[in-house]
Amino acid sequence: MFTVLRIRRDLVDAIVAHARRDHPDEACGVIAGPDDGSDRPERFVPMVNAARSPTFYEFDSGDLLKLYREMDANDETPVVIYHSHTATEAYPSRTDIKLAQEPFAHYVLVSTRDPEQHEFRSYRIVDGVVTEEPVEVVESYMFANTGSDDVPDA
Amino acid sequence: MAVTVSIPTILRTHTGGEKSVEASGKTVAEVIDDIESRHSGLKARLVKDEKLHRFVNVYVNDEDVRFAGGLDAEVSDGDTVTILPAVAGGAR
Repeated sequence: MFTVLRIRRDLVDAIVAHARRDHPDEACGVIAGPDDGSDRPERFVPMVNAARSPTFYEFDSGDLLKLYREMDANDETPVVIYHSHTATEAYPSRTDIKLAQEPFAHYVLVSTRDPEQHEFRSYRIVDGVVTEEPVEVVESYMFANTGSDDVPDA
Repeated sequence: MAVTVSIPTILRTHTGGEKSVEASGKTVAEVIDDIESRHSGLKARLVKDEKLHRFVNVYVNDEDVRFAGGLDAEVSDGDTVTILPAVAGGAR
């Protein structure tokens, strides 16, 4: 399956800012989007890392329930699940792979190990298999491709 | 005791795509056994060595059962049981 993460620049900036703010602990969160197959990340939801750790993250269980109820009520799905690595590269660790349980999510990893340059990468993680995908940063989704008959921009 | 059990995306392969199923039981363990009797394979995804998996969260209404007796947590008629995989990971 070839996929790409198409994401608005302001959402990328929000994820990176959250990761920088929580450094050296790992930051985590979700970008929810409509549950209509459009695969469009829209609503930025930073989460508390209940582990408050530089090497581990976990959504607080009460916050997790609240988040999924909210998404359910809004007909949303977790289009992006992000977290940061603060001393290593932006690649899923064995723990990340083992614990990934949203087969339709884009797992975004941000590395903040370099204080100047961050890494921002995206993956699918399904049944223990990691597939990196390109990240296409757009200013708006307004002119996004809407169907398979669209001619991609040159 | 009839309860509604909310099933997460990753486990819907076991419920024919259903987002929620009806089940009965007086405790979380009985509810899981009841679902297992109709949707085989689900229990192994939730329970290991007679305990809930560390990275699976189960709630009765608003309460995480980990703080209410785990698999022995009681359920009552009309309760909602929600199963949610933990969202967790990290560089470690």
